[in-house]
Amino acid sequence: MITSVIKEKKNSKGMQDKIKQNSIKLESENVGVFYGHKKVLQNVTMRIQANTVTALIGPSGCGKSTYLRLFNRMNDYIDNFRKEGDVIIDGNEIYKKGIEIEELRKTVGMVFQKPNPFPKSIYENVAYGLRIQGINKKSALDEIVEKSIKQAALWDEVKDDLKKNALTLSGGQQQRLCIARTLAVQPSVILMDEPASALDPISTARIEDLIYELKQNYTILIVTHNMQQAGRVSDHTGFFYLGELVEFGDTRQIFTNPKSEKTESYISGRFG
Amino acid sequence: MNNAAKNKLKDNLLKYFGILCTLSGLIALAIFIIDILMDGLQRLDWEFITSLPSRFPEKAGILTAWTGTVWVFCLTALIAIPIGVAAGVYLEEYNKKGALANLLEINIANLAGVPSIIYGILGLEIFVRILNLGGSLLAGSFTLALLILPIIIVATREAIRTVPKTIKEASFALGATKWQTISRQVLPASASGIITGVILALSRAVGETAPLIVIGALAYVPFVAKTPMDEFTILPIQIFNWVSRPQHGFIINAAAAIIVLLGFVFIMNGVAVYIRNKAQRKGQ
Ligand SMILES: Nc1ncnc2c1ncn2[C@@H]1O[C@H](COP(=O)(O)OP(=O)(O)O)[C@@H](O)[C@H]1O
Ligand SMILES: [Mg+2]
Repeated sequence: MITSVIKEKKNSKGMQDKIKQNSIKLESENVGVFYGHKKVLQNVTMRIQANTVTALIGPSGCGKSTYLRLFNRMNDYIDNFRKEGDVIIDGNEIYKKGIEIEELRKTVGMVFQKPNPFPKSIYENVAYGLRIQGINKKSALDEIVEKSIKQAALWDEVKDDLKKNALTLSGGQQQRLCIARTLAVQPSVILMDEPASALDPISTARIEDLIYELKQNYTILIVTHNMQQAGRVSDHTGFFYLGELVEFGDTRQIFTNPKSEKTESYISGRFG
Repeated sequence: MNNAAKNKLKDNLLKYFGILCTLSGLIALAIFIIDILMDGLQRLDWEFITSLPSRFPEKAGILTAWTGTVWVFCLTALIAIPIGVAAGVYLEEYNKKGALANLLEINIANLAGVPSIIYGILGLEIFVRILNLGGSLLAGSFTLALLILPIIIVATREAIRTVPKTIKEASFALGATKWQTISRQVLPASASGIITGVILALSRAVGETAPLIVIGALAYVPFVAKTPMDEFTILPIQIFNWVSRPQHGFIINAAAAIIVLLGFVFIMNGVAVYIRNKAQRKGQ
């Protein structure tokens, strides 16, 4: 009797540790999305652990971007957007009343498909997210700008001309600047929508290395068209098809031993 | 002649026709300017610019007229720019698309085409009579502001529309509010277009005559306006008045005044071009 109680206690403590380590950062519960009358996502349920990289794959138009943008409410700008089900971050439904979208987006950063730096200096690009929060003290900005650009592995290339217009950088550098800009706000989640699709192979490799580094401190959700990339950078993979999450699991399992035939034929390149 | 040669000939004909059309406009303008310069330049001196009006052509000057024009320019700018830009931003960024938006859109486009004399009559009724401003600078400036509002609104909207959606998305994604995004990204990025539109609208206002005559701007004002409530005249009215006099001396005066008015408008357009180029360079 006594031993079993102790055992149970031990177990529950172990469980708690495990839960803490594998704590769920992002969740969607039976999420559906409509644009007008068109249903583009249905019944998507997913739980994403903190400090992991999750890849979203699937043919074009299957709803990956729509799903990604649910987490920072970027779909809100689309006319006739409507969602059902729950989207949860750190245990909170982020579409309920009283959620401040601006605050949400300080926690959930986003990197877009095409590098989209502001037509301002490199420094001001990174400082922007802080300035809009009212942080204008030069010493504070200097510090965070430098730290963020270093984190984005861009520092050595730009440290001597932070005043230069960001649009003069190469595409790969611009995308790392966009990552630095996102990091400066100190989010805990980073959403990436095909962040390397407009870049050359070398720039792509640098972004992938960067994602691997960032995983230690951030929860990353990345949409990618590139199967190899999904395989290289992600811990978990979700396969979307026609608005449904067909399969979600360990990246290695999905790639070597998919449960669904659809997943298998997509991964082996038979469609998409 | 084969087809390719025919096409080439057509191409060339069209090209030369285009050049001819462009030149005809320029030549007409050049002839006009040379003619005015030949008549007016002899009369244009410091005294002419600093003298009050007079019955004698050789004594008459344009002091009241050009100061009136500067007053009208400044007041109209002060009234029309904030309202026009704000309305443009509202219509483009805040107004929900729908039936009301369409109605507004059509009406603003129509307003830009309403003859200026109609604005004069509107100004006479609203500003001069109902608001009791009389034939003052303020009444005139409000009337001209109404006249150029549609131009500023349309220019603002078009300039805002050229700002890439991706820039706005980036700003929102970093936690910026709508107003922060508009004030820190959208307006700076569209500033050159807005400023160009505003200056072109103002240079139109400065040349307008009819609506101000309707609201009661006078041809003969023997003093320089000191407050927005004073009566006034402006260069175009002064010119109009002089060319309708029989004495040749007044025709010469009119030509000299036209040079001043043209100079004013050219300088403004020059400033518009300069600002646009500078803003474009900064944006790159
Ligand atoms: N703004 C929009 N308005 C209406 N339909 C849209 C809009 N954006 C995307 N869609 C539709 O939603 C579906 C999912 O699109 P998206 O999420 O962009 O797919 P993916 O990123 O997988 O290519 C597509 O059928 C697309 O046509
Ligand atoms: Mg997409």
